[in-house]
Amino acid sequence: MLLNPAIMALLLVSIVVCSMLMLASGFAIQVLRHWDIESGSERQLGLERRTYLISTLLIWAFSFELMSLLLFIYNAESMSGQFVGAMCATGVLNVNGWGWPTLFLKIAVFFSGAVWLALNYLDNQGYDYPVVKYKYRLLLAILPLVVAEFILQLLYFTNMDPDVITSCCGTLFSSQAEGVAAEVSGLPPRNMMLVFILIGVIVIVSGLRVALRVRGNWFFALLGGAAFVVALMSIVSFVSLYIYEHPHHHCPFCILKSGHDYVGYILYVPLFIAAALAMSVGALSSWRDKPSLTLTVNRVIPRLSWIAVIFFALFYLAAGWSIWASNLTMAEVW
Amino acid sequence: MMWLFLRKQKYLIDFTLSSLLRRKGKSLGLLAVYTLIVFMLASVTLFTHALRKEAGLMLQASPEIIVQRMQAGRHALIPADYLQRIGRLRGVTQKEGRLWGYYYDPAVKANYTIMTAGQVAAPLTEIIIGTGIARARGLVVGDYLTLRSQNGEAYSFEITELLNEKSELVSADLLLMSPQAFRRLFNIPEGFYTDLVLSVRNPREVRKVAEKLTLLLPDTRPILREEVLRTYDSVFSWRQGILFVLLTGSILAFVIFAWDKASGLSAEERREIGILKAVGWETADVMRMKFWEGMIVSLSAFLIGYLAAYAHVFYASASLFEPVLKGWAVLYPQFRLTPFVDGLQLATLLFFTVLPYIVATIIPIWRTSITDPDAVMR
Repeated sequence: MLLNPAIMALLLVSIVVCSMLMLASGFAIQVLRHWDIESGSERQLGLERRTYLISTLLIWAFSFELMSLLLFIYNAESMSGQFVGAMCATGVLNVNGWGWPTLFLKIAVFFSGAVWLALNYLDNQGYDYPVVKYKYRLLLAILPLVVAEFILQLLYFTNMDPDVITSCCGTLFSSQAEGVAAEVSGLPPRNMMLVFILIGVIVIVSGLRVALRVRGNWFFALLGGAAFVVALMSIVSFVSLYIYEHPHHHCPFCILKSGHDYVGYILYVPLFIAAALAMSVGALSSWRDKPSLTLTVNRVIPRLSWIAVIFFALFYLAAGWSIWASNLTMAEVW
Repeated sequence: MMWLFLRKQKYLIDFTLSSLLRRKGKSLGLLAVYTLIVFMLASVTLFTHALRKEAGLMLQASPEIIVQRMQAGRHALIPADYLQRIGRLRGVTQKEGRLWGYYYDPAVKANYTIMTAGQVAAPLTEIIIGTGIARARGLVVGDYLTLRSQNGEAYSFEITELLNEKSELVSADLLLMSPQAFRRLFNIPEGFYTDLVLSVRNPREVRKVAEKLTLLLPDTRPILREEVLRTYDSVFSWRQGILFVLLTGSILAFVIFAWDKASGLSAEERREIGILKAVGWETADVMRMKFWEGMIVSLSAFLIGYLAAYAHVFYASASLFEPVLKGWAVLYPQFRLTPFVDGLQLATLLFFTVLPYIVATIIPIWRTSITDPDAVMR
């Protein structure tokens, strides 16, 4: 299985990102121990110069990580022909116990990377490197995630056994089965729809409040996270039904297929971007009180929120449109 | 604000382009090597992908289940009454026996695949041949082809038709004759077939039907179309992977080359950066300029390499890698692949070429951009 080019590419990215982060973490430890902006010593000058290298390195590392998340899902989708019983990415992720954890870790790394990049941007705006220690502490917290992702992904790909009959979306995402996926599929769609609409309205309103410089940054960040989770649950619970025009097919991956006009990408990409931006707003807002950052924070936060609101709106429009345009009518049943 | 940002990037790109053009030799050298790497990897991916696609399309028309009788672990002739023993299986829409085999022709040292022309009652002495055979033996319609039978007698067949060139990938070595002639040529008694084929309408029932078959006819093995497809899929990915592993050496060489190019700055370039910093550029600006330099080189190399590979695979039949990826034979079909490009392929390729380049140049670029102006201009 390892000799599949896409798998080799994914492992390559993982190794590269891992070593980049390790390099950066070595630097982070030095910063945490010796950073002293007041000092003009040679060591301090060296550290200040190396911050350029390290932040470039990490910008690349996290962008690679984002691309590898997309590639991972896309690859799982395309490998479904090689396993007995797999019809989409769900089946391929089910091939062994490491598939789903790898995916979740990749998503976690994506969001923490996004928040780190926002902090890094903020740090570069202040003349006295105000966030530097905090930023590198966060980096040290992200490192285990990235290493774990590398190991899990390696285990996942090396333990792929084409003879195993996997269970695909039909069994995993069905309200009769057991487990989290089945629980989510079995959620009462009527209530789920109400929650989905409610949280959608609230998140957009609170995003607009932040964008228009009324306070409530943390509220927006938390809501962004909640809206992300609710949106994923809703896709499984009822949005997918309308896309497939089938009252029992709950799969969150089949919507990425060409047969459904790739509508999954129109849903997921804005959703991920919007959630990442909302979380970044929260991370940035606690630095408003630093004198060298007040201006930047006040300038950047509304801008980020505008973009987040736009992407949230795009997501809700796409979801609404796929429900509205569907031939499936469930209004009386639910 | 956004506008300002874009304008700044535009000026940076402008500057980078002119500075690249000032050092034509060096830039072109890098571009050439880079393009070559992309070209090789892209050729491999495009070619294997197209082959895989072709195999998939071809097998779409094949029956869902093939039943072969096994005797002492070897494929044996299957009695025709097995068709009756199968009886009515729910889900099976059609079942029939097939006669086919291979014929070794010592004149061209090649194997022909001989099949019977289905239910069409073809005249005993007439055959239809594939273009591969016609090429190898120099035959045209109306010629006679003599085949030696199992017991040494020679049979002459008149060629009435050549198979369509469009199907050459599968039909190059194919020879179609009537069932009676086939039985006589290979001495196969009436009431036996080479194997049986079953059509199953619903793909979800295929496994169940196969399970029932193994219970009903314990001395047979069912071969499922989806299994054949899956095997093709993995075999082609595997071959592609092997070539990628072999090409890793050249990717590594390229990484070292890129690293070297990026770190070995000429005195001229050093002075350029010194002057830029002296007139007010910051470290971040120099890095941004170098970023655009990398992007311009990468994207041009990727585009040129990919287009060249496309032409190589789909117009020149991938002459460089052909033997490794598709195997070879005397009666090898000449075919042109249907162009097929997909996103996964492109992304994989990007990861194999652009990522190593970027990683290799980050540190040298940083070294360059922290140069102090006074150190270089003194």
